[in-house]
Amino acid sequence: MSSTSVSMTVNGKSVTKEVPARTLLVSFLRDHLGLTGTHVGCDTSQCGACNVHIDGKCVKSCTVLAAQADGASVTTIEGLAKGDQLHPMQAAFKEHHALQCGFCTPGMIMTGVALANEKSNPSETEIREYLEGNFCRCTGYHNIVKAIETGAKAMRR
Amino acid sequence: MREFSYHRPKSVADAAKAFSSKSEARYLAGGHSLLPAMKQRLNAPSDLIDLSAIKDLKGIKIAGGEVVIGAGTTHAEVAHSTEIKKAIPALCVLAEGIGDPQVRNRGTIGGSLANNDPASDYPAAVLGLGATVVTNKREIAADSFFKGLFETALEDGEIITAVRFPIPEKAGYAKFAQPASRFCIVGVMAAKTKSGVRVAVTGAGPGVFRATDIEKALASSFSAGASLPAVKASGLSSDIHAGAEYRAHLVGVMAKRAVAAAG
Amino acid sequence: MANPNGIGASVRRVEDNRFITGRGTYTDDINRPGQTYGWFVRSPHAAAKIKSINAKKALAMPGVIAVLTGADMAADNIGGLPCGWLVKSKDGSPMKEPGHPPLANDRVRHVGDQVAFVIAATREGARDAADAVEVSYEPLKAAVDAAAALKPGAPLVHDDVPGNLCYDWEWGDKAKTDEAFKNAAHVTKLKVINNRLVPNAIEPRAAIGEYDRASDRYTLYTTTQNPHVIRLLMGAFVLHVPESKLRVVAPDVGGGFGSKIFHYAEEAVVTWAAKKTGQTIKWTCDRSESFVTDAHGRDHTTEAELAMDKNGKFLGLRVHTIASMGAYLSTFASSVPTYLYATLLAGQYSTPAIYANVKAVFTNTVPVDAYRGAGRPEACYILERIVENAAREMKLDKTEIRRRNLVPAAAMPYMTPVALQYDSGNFAHNLDVGLKAADYAGFAKRKEASAKQGKLRGIGLSTYIEACGIAPSAVAGALGARAGLYEAAEVRFHPTGTVTVFTGSHSHGQGHETTFAQVVATKLGVPFENIEIVHGDTDRIPFGMGTYGSRSIAVGGVAIVEACEKIITKSKKIAAHVLQTTADKIDFEDGVFKDKASNKTMTIAEVAFTAYVPHNFPHDTLEPGLDEQAFYDPKNFTYPNGCYVCEVEIAQDTGEVSIASFYAVDDFGKVINPMIVEGQVHGGLGQGIGQALLEHCVYDHQSGQLISGSYMDYAMPRADNLPSFNVSTTEVPCTHNVLGVKGCGEAGAIGAPAAVMNAVVDALSNLGINHIEMPATSQNVWQAMQGATKKAAD
Repeated sequence: MSSTSVSMTVNGKSVTKEVPARTLLVSFLRDHLGLTGTHVGCDTSQCGACNVHIDGKCVKSCTVLAAQADGASVTTIEGLAKGDQLHPMQAAFKEHHALQCGFCTPGMIMTGVALANEKSNPSETEIREYLEGNFCRCTGYHNIVKAIETGAKAMRR
Repeated sequence: MREFSYHRPKSVADAAKAFSSKSEARYLAGGHSLLPAMKQRLNAPSDLIDLSAIKDLKGIKIAGGEVVIGAGTTHAEVAHSTEIKKAIPALCVLAEGIGDPQVRNRGTIGGSLANNDPASDYPAAVLGLGATVVTNKREIAADSFFKGLFETALEDGEIITAVRFPIPEKAGYAKFAQPASRFCIVGVMAAKTKSGVRVAVTGAGPGVFRATDIEKALASSFSAGASLPAVKASGLSSDIHAGAEYRAHLVGVMAKRAVAAAG
Repeated sequence: MANPNGIGASVRRVEDNRFITGRGTYTDDINRPGQTYGWFVRSPHAAAKIKSINAKKALAMPGVIAVLTGADMAADNIGGLPCGWLVKSKDGSPMKEPGHPPLANDRVRHVGDQVAFVIAATREGARDAADAVEVSYEPLKAAVDAAAALKPGAPLVHDDVPGNLCYDWEWGDKAKTDEAFKNAAHVTKLKVINNRLVPNAIEPRAAIGEYDRASDRYTLYTTTQNPHVIRLLMGAFVLHVPESKLRVVAPDVGGGFGSKIFHYAEEAVVTWAAKKTGQTIKWTCDRSESFVTDAHGRDHTTEAELAMDKNGKFLGLRVHTIASMGAYLSTFASSVPTYLYATLLAGQYSTPAIYANVKAVFTNTVPVDAYRGAGRPEACYILERIVENAAREMKLDKTEIRRRNLVPAAAMPYMTPVALQYDSGNFAHNLDVGLKAADYAGFAKRKEASAKQGKLRGIGLSTYIEACGIAPSAVAGALGARAGLYEAAEVRFHPTGTVTVFTGSHSHGQGHETTFAQVVATKLGVPFENIEIVHGDTDRIPFGMGTYGSRSIAVGGVAIVEACEKIITKSKKIAAHVLQTTADKIDFEDGVFKDKASNKTMTIAEVAFTAYVPHNFPHDTLEPGLDEQAFYDPKNFTYPNGCYVCEVEIAQDTGEVSIASFYAVDDFGKVINPMIVEGQVHGGLGQGIGQALLEHCVYDHQSGQLISGSYMDYAMPRADNLPSFNVSTTEVPCTHNVLGVKGCGEAGAIGAPAAVMNAVVDALSNLGINHIEMPATSQNVWQAMQGATKKAAD
């Protein structure tokens, strides 16, 4: 068994684990750390249900080895809220009914936060284009776009 | 994925050394082609040599009429580079259109070129702008780098370290994306360079190629209004998204759009 | 409205709190003690004989616990997967129901068919071992396309099904319809393909099988829309396990769209294997695997003819459809192209004579079953496409031909010639509202503006009606359903006045935890936040039929209301006892019981407390407790209906189609939560537009390999493919349920494809193009334009 030692900061906490080299970051988060908010929806790096932030950049955790994230700081959906206080993007998703089954939602919110960090006042077109790597089968994206618009605005405050 | 051993060398030399000592090693750059293939078990290397910790592979430099991009530079870094935007804006446009934001945050120019997916964008930039691929062993001119479907001039174990793009007078890129994968059905880089007009086409065939007839037509007038010769369908790819005839047609349309984008 | 969180309010969803913080519990999020992992060895061939399976190498690998095959299942007398709806051919013979073994025996019949099940300590380890299982196949010729599979000499999917024909069914009055055609001034003909789709809920299917030796009980956690249906089918037909020994849990489920209704082989295999190996086993589907195992949708080829008099009044409709069933009959496959399809061919029109003939065909492809809309989108598509072409041929405006044929509101209830009785609806009103919203009158100007940009612009309409709230049991039973189609609910007060509602409906995105609580809050006057909705666990809820066919509010919601009524009846007795009067003197409003004579009152919370602390109850006439159950079996289907208006732009140089605008006007009857209803419409439109422009499940015609087998080739609608939607509702209450509700889940997916395609054809009609198949990809449109230009030149 080819294993490797991995250390990283996840949602502000340092973790070190010995894992098989083939462990994907998403599996490290879900199976080794119990952070099941990050989901797997495809195997071709397209759906974005697994999106997390590595050192502030939004990435598909199903296409990154845990070993590649060694030494990095990872933020998952579980790391956005401060205690009971929702992150503005989370609050905007609820307010605008931007989720139905909820499965794509964590990845959508992580993408929304990343966009807002890049562009504080994204247009509808910019939001739709930025969502190229996130599939939602429930909402037709209409309310997701509205939520990200609102969430980005709220993040500016 | 099948099991493998993971290595993360700090220098190009160490990476090459690690590669040569393993039976079926593969270099891992951004991993956005290799890891999905490994997940499908279409690819099962014994060892993965992660190039991401090698500082020498990073960075963007503009000097001597060239844009030099380290092989480990991500698509997002190219897309957002203000220096590149000034020197070769078409390169930023191209990088901005690769995959999606998450893919662009991981995928690298070196990885993309070494993989040479026939539907990927970067080969059109390298060939269309007449770039030079720099490796740990030599420099390879764009015209001799691409060898068809997933094949390049790279030797076993050779590592791309940087790509040198001569700054053109003007250049434009236009892409018609495959609706599912958003890879190229056709991508065209059209450039007016010191050495003449270059038009490179990706996606349409089994590998990137220069559309010489279109280059000739544009040589006399590099303008959106130029009349371009029809592209022949023979030799072009066909799949469920686009037949060869349609691809041939799109090469013409995208070439026009690329020239228009070049301004 | 006394209750700000009651019926009619856009209450923000209760369930969102866990989903937006990453605390949902989907099946794959559940990890049981000592859990092992399963992986399926699947057929790489569309058709083959299995000559041998050798698991020696696999079993020798580290961590491998077992490799199970069809032979092991046969030895345990495990049954095949059943089909829940019997359809009879026009000659009276029952449909062909070939065996559907959970693990293949001697034959595989589609790429992805289950061949063996590997159990190991880790998921990757199970997959490693699955790769090492040696299966020797003798490949056979495959029957891939349904129409070709019907032809003499086609390869047989099942040796015992001659001609691959599952059934040859008919509906409507053939003689009367033929007569109508004889008298027609004009007949419009159209052949259309309704493209095969892959449902693609973003959560891939998963299942965990667990067996407790101490209690001899099985637990199956699974990604299903209807846990009791799975328990019944799996227990009674496949595993032969008493239902009392079987618990099926459907926790948070990440979308279904029909594809998670069906009882799948993997559910039976993990449950059976759990006992056989003494292991708790988790199986989670990969996306590529779901492409070749989740039931697909649609896949019809239809020839339709519409007979009209000289004024464009419809006289008759004749439809011949070939429907692919795939390799086996999935749970409700047989009902989709029959009772959910031909019964809707009247649409919103008063066509007096309709005849449909449907041939269902086995092919060496993944089974085809219900997908959002199920049969009704196919009916709407053929009808609205032919009506649009008829208008063009009759030189009538597309709105005018519809107006001349719409069933008037005054005709309700209206009996169609295809056996449905529409209870309510104002179709002409919806059309008016839709046309006004979309500024139909201003289209010519917009077309001109688009032309200046080098773009062809088209406008398309569709009107749709669907039969929802799938029920009633008596009707369904008469039509061949092997299950009842009621819904169950239990409303349980706790002593302190909070309420738990147990529903047989299942929420996998629909927001029942919110909507149902709104209904209960309104009916019982209990604060919204004091109401908890429980669903998805056969050990907790009464026997329920689950969620599909837009039935949750219209059947499940009404069941809850009925249970609430029983609560009120019982509470009045309790209040009467406490207030020293009789129940008939007690009024109930907004959570308060009042003695009409004395004006003394008691809140429902006080009643509940008294019910559980019955210190001085007259036990001969009054039972303690406040907990009521209801099973609701409706009198009729419900009939949501609406009008959609779509505008598209087509790039002349590439053929690329983009949606310029989309207007939806829907009559869902009474709306409980407008925000949630709008969301349901958006989602349905997304899928409907996806079918029209992007999605296409493509098999290689010869080999039966799935070409569009991942998101690299199956084009899912993304945010930048879709427009902002303009949606509104008109409320004509359903006349036969107490809530007046009709259901809203499928509307968008039913009405959108025709609206989009009518717009595409409208944009191209000047070129002489009168039809384009879905999906209207850039290439399809470009080729049509090329063909038209060439034809014009010739």
